[in-house]
Amino acid sequence: MEYILIFISAVFVNNIVLAQFLGICPFLGVSKKIDTAIGMTGAVTFVMVIATIVTYLIQKTILDRFGIAFLQTITFILVIAALVQLVEIILKKVSPPLYQALGVFLPLITTNCAILGVAIIVIQKNLNLLQSVTFAFSTAIGFGLALVLFSGLREQLDLVDVPKGMNGTPIALITAGLLAMAFMGFAGIV
Amino acid sequence: MAQLSNKQNFLKGFIKENPTLVLLLGMCPTLGVTSSAINGLGMGLATTFVLALSNVAISLIKNIVPDNVRIPAYIVVIATFVTIVELSMQAYTPGLYNSLGIFIPLIVVNCIVLGRAESFAAKNSVFPSLLDGLGMGLGFTMSLTVLGALRELLGSGKAFGITLYPENYGSLIFVLAPGAFIVLGFLIALVNHLTKSA
Repeated sequence: MEYILIFISAVFVNNIVLAQFLGICPFLGVSKKIDTAIGMTGAVTFVMVIATIVTYLIQKTILDRFGIAFLQTITFILVIAALVQLVEIILKKVSPPLYQALGVFLPLITTNCAILGVAIIVIQKNLNLLQSVTFAFSTAIGFGLALVLFSGLREQLDLVDVPKGMNGTPIALITAGLLAMAFMGFAGIV
Repeated sequence: MAQLSNKQNFLKGFIKENPTLVLLLGMCPTLGVTSSAINGLGMGLATTFVLALSNVAISLIKNIVPDNVRIPAYIVVIATFVTIVELSMQAYTPGLYNSLGIFIPLIVVNCIVLGRAESFAAKNSVFPSLLDGLGMGLGFTMSLTVLGALRELLGSGKAFGITLYPENYGSLIFVLAPGAFIVLGFLIALVNHLTKSA
């Protein structure tokens, strides 16, 4: 039950993009087509879960034990950067079709603040390992849900006659605002 | 890139290459912390500090760092300055530290900082890099403060905590998440309109 609550809370109520404002860059950057949105979601889910496990273990076994928790930011970002590279190399070798699908998105993920954000949030919230993994996975699903919905809206938006100054990013942001408003309806479920 | 004068290096961050309103970088803190003008200002200044100092440090070490490990090296430099900011804010401005929360460590992954390091500091000498960092940072601060002040005013009738009209007339939605997207959307539309027609 506890894990279901974590899942619903991370996907709908505290959606990472629309309520917490993390991962906005890919949200605006790769949301022009549904296909790329789905690819990005796959890559983010993959990296987010692995990165959360690795940073969690490092925090508990190294940083906490030696009392050097102030190095958290530096350590986590380096681990994530290295991990993304590693995932890219392994994926290329082991599963070329998967690499074909996710490859272009992987380098972009290092600077996706949602990954580092989730790694820090699970430490702040004092979750255990299994809860952390659930949280990371659900957050990634929430990210994907917002991204796919938004890219669907943007594909429709191409056909609409928008006032000149509003074209492009401004109208996309206002659409995102309306989407965020819709997600506010979930507040109070959990 | 054509050589720019020092003054141009400093000023370009405000309007012409404003990081949030024109280049659309660093969107997460822009939307996340601007629920009030003070938060926007604090976040902007923290980012300016990191941006200026990391630009200086990177332009000093640019000839020593081998080309293929330059990105990790830059990230370590940036993360060091972010940690300095984080610890000092925790010590001296605990209120601001708490309201900015997770967005302080996330300055590390703010695309503006790494973007300026890679595209400017790695190619220019120390003084222009410092000016570039300061200008970009202050431009960022400016747009964050404006966005924060607008949201605060529309949402709760205050600006910098000073009441301008009764709070009951404000609409709370502007302080909450959707308002951030919508106000920023209109702000960018305004900048687009002004720069395109000029």
